Amino acid sequence: MNALSLKKGSSRKSAYNLKNTTGDTIETHTLAVLVDNEAGVLARVIGLFSGRGYNIDSLTVAEINHEDNQSRITIVTTGTPSVIVQIKAQLARMVAVHDVHDLTVEGPSVERELAMIKVVSKGDNRVEALRTSEIFRASVVDTTLESFVFELTGTPEKIDAFVELMTPLGLVDVARTGVAAISRGL
Amino acid sequence: MSKKMTGADMVIQALKDQGVDTVFGYPGGAVLPIYDAIFQQSDIQHILVRHEQGATHAAEAYARSTGKPGVVLVTSGPGATNAVTGLTDALMDSIPMIVLTGQVPTFMIGSDAFQEADTVGITRPCTKHNWLVKETDKLSETIHQAFHIATSGRPGPVLIDIPKDVQFATGTYTPKAKAHVKHYQPQVKGDLAAITELVELMESAERPIFYTGGGVINSGTGASQLLRDLVKSTDFPITSTLMGLGCYPASGKNWLGMLGMHGTYEANLAMHGCDLMINIGARFDDRITGVLEKFSPNSKKAHIDIDASSINKVIHVDVPILGDVAHVLEDLLKVWKSRGRKTNSAAVKKWWGQIDEWRAKKCLSYTNSDKIIKPQYALERLEALTKNHPDRYITTEVGQHQMWAAQYLGFEDPHRWMTSGGLGTMGYGVPASVGVQVAHPDALVINVAGEASWMMNMQEMGTCTQYNLPTKQFILNNERLGMVRQWQELLHGERYSNSWSESLPDFVKLAEAFGGKGIQCSDPADLDDAIMEMLAYDGPVIFDCLVEKHENCFPMIPSGKAHNEMLMGDASTKDAIDAEGMTLV
Repeated sequence: MNALSLKKGSSRKSAYNLKNTTGDTIETHTLAVLVDNEAGVLARVIGLFSGRGYNIDSLTVAEINHEDNQSRITIVTTGTPSVIVQIKAQLARMVAVHDVHDLTVEGPSVERELAMIKVVSKGDNRVEALRTSEIFRASVVDTTLESFVFELTGTPEKIDAFVELMTPLGLVDVARTGVAAISRGL
Repeated sequence: MSKKMTGADMVIQALKDQGVDTVFGYPGGAVLPIYDAIFQQSDIQHILVRHEQGATHAAEAYARSTGKPGVVLVTSGPGATNAVTGLTDALMDSIPMIVLTGQVPTFMIGSDAFQEADTVGITRPCTKHNWLVKETDKLSETIHQAFHIATSGRPGPVLIDIPKDVQFATGTYTPKAKAHVKHYQPQVKGDLAAITELVELMESAERPIFYTGGGVINSGTGASQLLRDLVKSTDFPITSTLMGLGCYPASGKNWLGMLGMHGTYEANLAMHGCDLMINIGARFDDRITGVLEKFSPNSKKAHIDIDASSINKVIHVDVPILGDVAHVLEDLLKVWKSRGRKTNSAAVKKWWGQIDEWRAKKCLSYTNSDKIIKPQYALERLEALTKNHPDRYITTEVGQHQMWAAQYLGFEDPHRWMTSGGLGTMGYGVPASVGVQVAHPDALVINVAGEASWMMNMQEMGTCTQYNLPTKQFILNNERLGMVRQWQELLHGERYSNSWSESLPDFVKLAEAFGGKGIQCSDPADLDDAIMEMLAYDGPVIFDCLVEKHENCFPMIPSGKAHNEMLMGDASTKDAIDAEGMTLV
């Protein structure tokens, strides 16, 4: 037995491999986490994800209630169903966390992201960029003779599509906020 | 009503209001104001350890032997970083502990000041919660919140970082009753529908087993009593994890011994073959389950736990019950009794017949010797000579001796067994024995140790002498890192890389140098007299028990194997672990 000649993946059956073998499909979930707006709270949440090897696709955070000192963190994460359940349980037991909502399973929800996209171009490309931005209902928030900064709000997919179209038209910079999400209805 | 006082006085006042009688600590520049306040009062005793790690383990053991939270006071920078191992240990084993650290003054934070460290940053992943208090007005409330969080729900360590200027400044004291703690109130009552579902399974189960853990002990002595009632009235067999030893008496007739990697044959086979597993306050740790796919393949599993994240984390369970063990067991007993106290007694009797066959294997038997002391024999004799002591506590280090202690010593009550389970911290035992002896000055406190682990925090012998703590350091000295050596024998072609203890001190002289008594024993014929001499001595003793150097700890479930694939005694161990198992720890 030689420790160095182990086959790759031979620790697949390790007790450390916490993935539930009954459901290996990777799902994407959007979680809304209500937290005390105290020093280090974001580090706690991020530390949980990095420490336990969970994924973060997108994360936004801002204070939503000054009187109650509460912030809302919206996290888009991926994992198997059992990992998602574990993520929610791990978040919920944190002292600074008041509530965890899985918007993906708790009924319909709306997701939006804001992006600012800088395009530097002249001539036809400049005209085409402006025309495309109108199709996407992006607004121009800054312009020079050779550049635009577009502001666009929508689902992450819509922003992806816009960025893709702008790339050949002189895209030089993108700033995205990450997803904010809220449930529909009452 | 609310009084004005300095931050340092607030710390003392808040600790008093929380009923704290003992603080384990070590002074330094950033906590001098608090030490000054300690000097000017006599309600709280301060135990000066020799290293901050020692303070944390002493506080952990104080907590586990009393059921009250342990309190630690250390300085900034190195004081705080030295506490990290103890914090992690307490987090893994769910021990309530409050660590107060000094910090450089608020106006110097971030300037790389002398003895500055980002203490809350460093300890965030190894505490249940932590705080940096920047205003004196918030200090006392934070301390009260800290006690609430450390002791509510699943217990754990918390840390409060207190800058030096906050200790000097004056602020308003918030009494315990006024502290805002409402937002953290974990659920303690279990869902009655789930409890009833479990009762239904218990009524028809043919091969049931209780699998209990540290959660029973953390839930208080009431939980242990309820568990005993439940076992007695159902006549189901019971096993326990390392952390749960003592929640059911080792002398009880339904006791199968500890389960897991070094658990008994009967406990592990009963876990493997059961049709109903009732997990009470345990967490399907990898030392327990072995390879997951083969873990108890034909059983329905119920899991009582206060921490939702422990449920379905590793093993999928059929009946999850979120709640405190004592509360759930109380309801469980009520429901079971109200439905007529039914069990499938004919089948359970047959199950006991099977278990008795496994018991007859006598898996803890070993080949004794009249020339050299076998470590198992040493512990059997220690058990025989101390088990009738009215007030015995055992602490351990980590390794082979720890597993042998769990196998050969019997615990009749909770809070009597202090060991580092989840983190497996070598160096836990000596300071733990300090913490237990401080809490129980007249008790018999024995630290069962290996010589390598023992030396990791041996400086705390000085604490024993200073405070007249008559702890008995029972060292099974094999001049090896025994468990490392065992794994190297089984897994790494007997290449014993760095797993022996060279240049060991003369433990008898070392004991004398610390102001205690040293005893060495190497002949099995002298062992009883030597142990009696240790017990009779009124003061700390280092007992250097020279044991067989190459003894392996059995039974053993090798890495990557299932409960029914145990290695027994001197069975051939060649190729027992395949390449896949080798990659596990």
